[in-house]
Amino acid sequence: MAEGALLTGTSGVLFTIFAVLALAMAVAVVVAKNPVHSALYLLVSFLLVACIFILQQAEFVGAVQILVYAGGIMVLFLFVVMLVNPRTAATKTFQHQWDVALLLFPVFLIPFAYILWTEKLPDVPVNAAALVTVRGKLAGNTEAVSWVLFRDYLVPFEVASIFLLVAMIGAVVLGKRSLEKMD
Amino acid sequence: MTITINHYLIVSLLLFGIGFFGVLVRRNVLTVLMSIELMLNAVNLNLVAFSRRLSDLTGQVFSVFVITIAAGEAAIGLALTISLFRQKRTLNVEEADTMRG
Repeated sequence: MAEGALLTGTSGVLFTIFAVLALAMAVAVVVAKNPVHSALYLLVSFLLVACIFILQQAEFVGAVQILVYAGGIMVLFLFVVMLVNPRTAATKTFQHQWDVALLLFPVFLIPFAYILWTEKLPDVPVNAAALVTVRGKLAGNTEAVSWVLFRDYLVPFEVASIFLLVAMIGAVVLGKRSLEKMD
Repeated sequence: MTITINHYLIVSLLLFGIGFFGVLVRRNVLTVLMSIELMLNAVNLNLVAFSRRLSDLTGQVFSVFVITIAAGEAAIGLALTISLFRQKRTLNVEEADTMRG
């Protein structure tokens, strides 16, 4: 494997296919008129990105992506699309902010291109084995990730759980209050 | 076909840019929220790619955190969407202008 190459051969071709399809689906999400179609395109886009994760041996993140995004968030989106009346959707799909969007995009692109062409990454060789070993022993990617998560990032992990609790209570309170208004 | 970190960065940039466009130009609250999810997904792609490039699992751990935040954000955003719909009978972001923003 060449220095700095992440994927070669067939994996590289697969990456290209997945990436192009994911980008096409992302464009479809933004231009689709019906929110249900947008949600389904978004689902396919998430699954393709999960394929890219699995392709580069980040199996745990790929599985979490499928479970949480495709399984959880998309179901939530489809429920809300079902609850609100799609006939009340705006007749015009886009708002009049094309000028702002087209102005901001180069502003956002130029620094990125500058960094991409000038920045030199530390020239360390890709060591794929480091991502699947725990204390020198060969383990799965899941075990290696959980090792780092619970050893080095335990406090952020707990904070994330409190964040989820707050989000859950917030969602319940917001949904309940609007129900009371209805009566 | 050899894929380096630059290819990942370009894919991620395009994905983020598409999401950014969606947030700016769409009127429907639901589609705006979906575009935000696209942007978060682009960031995840970068984190995982750099995790592999630098042989450090921290990137993957952080992408798990990003997914957590995305889940919470989606839950709150959709609750707000339902709240908006119940009060205004609309999903158009331009009609939610009580504060004249």
